[in-house]
Amino acid sequence: MLLRATLINIELLFALLFLGLLLGTVVALLQVYGGRFAGTLAAGYAWVFRSIPALVLLFLFYFGPSQFGVNIPPFIAATLALGIRSSAYQSQIFRGAIQAIPQGQMMAARSMGMSRLQGIITIIIPQALRLSLAGWSNEFSSVVKDTTLAYVVGLNEVLRHARIIMDRHYELAMLAYLAVAVIFFVLTYSGNRSLGWLEGRLRIPGLQMKGGTQNK
Amino acid sequence: MSLLKAENIHKRYGKEEVLKGVSLELERGETMVVIGPSGTGKSTFLRCINQLTPPDKGRVWLDGVEVTHPKCNINRLRAQMGFVFQDFNLFSHLNTLRNVSIGLTKVKGIRKEDARKLAMKELERVGLDDKIDAYPAQLSGGQQQRVSIARALAMEPKLILFDEPTSALDPELIGEVLEVMIKLAKDGMTMLVVTHEMGFARAVADEIVFMEHGVIVEQGNPQQMFSAPKHPRTGEFLNKITELYGETE
Repeated sequence: MLLRATLINIELLFALLFLGLLLGTVVALLQVYGGRFAGTLAAGYAWVFRSIPALVLLFLFYFGPSQFGVNIPPFIAATLALGIRSSAYQSQIFRGAIQAIPQGQMMAARSMGMSRLQGIITIIIPQALRLSLAGWSNEFSSVVKDTTLAYVVGLNEVLRHARIIMDRHYELAMLAYLAVAVIFFVLTYSGNRSLGWLEGRLRIPGLQMKGGTQNK
Repeated sequence: MSLLKAENIHKRYGKEEVLKGVSLELERGETMVVIGPSGTGKSTFLRCINQLTPPDKGRVWLDGVEVTHPKCNINRLRAQMGFVFQDFNLFSHLNTLRNVSIGLTKVKGIRKEDARKLAMKELERVGLDDKIDAYPAQLSGGQQQRVSIARALAMEPKLILFDEPTSALDPELIGEVLEVMIKLAKDGMTMLVVTHEMGFARAVADEIVFMEHGVIVEQGNPQQMFSAPKHPRTGEFLNKITELYGETE
């Protein structure tokens, strides 16, 4: 029963990471290349959504629309709330990565006749995503566990099931929560291992920042 | 009509006026070498030509088309002007072959297989067809600069701008890059080269331009510039630079 419910956490995890990746990339690009107005807007977005507690965002996205007669399913509300929150964090990971890329890369792209957008898509993003992976695995570890927060909006995820078990058989409470702990340990561990593998796969042969080190 | 014409180029950074009205003309097939002390705006001038650094004032024409016109298609014009950077600026996430072919596929819209063939041809020309799978970080500085020359050549540009192409190289790697450039000049490529390599200037330059403090002090053919410069500063500079760099060829 718990494992079945864990699937919902995993679905939520993928959905929110995907949304966060998409929005986060756009926010980061606007912040770096968007000019004054869009850049300030993007920076403001990142500030606002990093400043609001995840639980408050969940409540806002779930109960807010229903005040206006719009009922949002818990899964969608949780994806939006946690995804947007994650995009704010991810945007700062990408921004750091984009700004670490030497300006000469964009200059070379422009000098051969690429538009700015072409330069961003073919030259900057592929390099920035690689540089982001280490920081991104940190964000991953953090949001994996945030998926349990979705139980406050009634999503049938794993923590809610542990709670149901406790309500029915109080003697099993300890065991149920331990099981949840183990499940999240395994999820975090395997996720980070996969990301580490990906980082190795995508590493550019021979490349390192001037004076930097690579992990073994 | 000259292939490249720059007229009265001005550029200011804050309080300092880096370029104070530079004009020159370059004929098709000509190799022009720009020399002068560092900080005199030579590199800025090159960047003003392809608009990487738009000038504050002045106009530039490539083959009769005004590059500085606000309504020109600058991307299309840049594709006709190769640019070779001092620090190479190869795309670090792409291997040698993709570095050379990416402009063909993304800018010129050439099919991948055809772009590959064209890129191979240019890599052969710079003697690096055995390094197509290597990434920039796995190449020596001299090899990287040769790849970047191949990258410029692949676009079949009308001219190539070289911004101190050997200044970031270890002395023993300069020769291989100059060799490629000399071959290009002899093959009739139009080249505008900022460099301190007097050997190169002597060997292939049709014209030498001496720039200082944001203006062209003197220009002429190499023989005249080396043996009988009109302006005393030209002579002083040439003596000093020959002493420092020797006559590497």
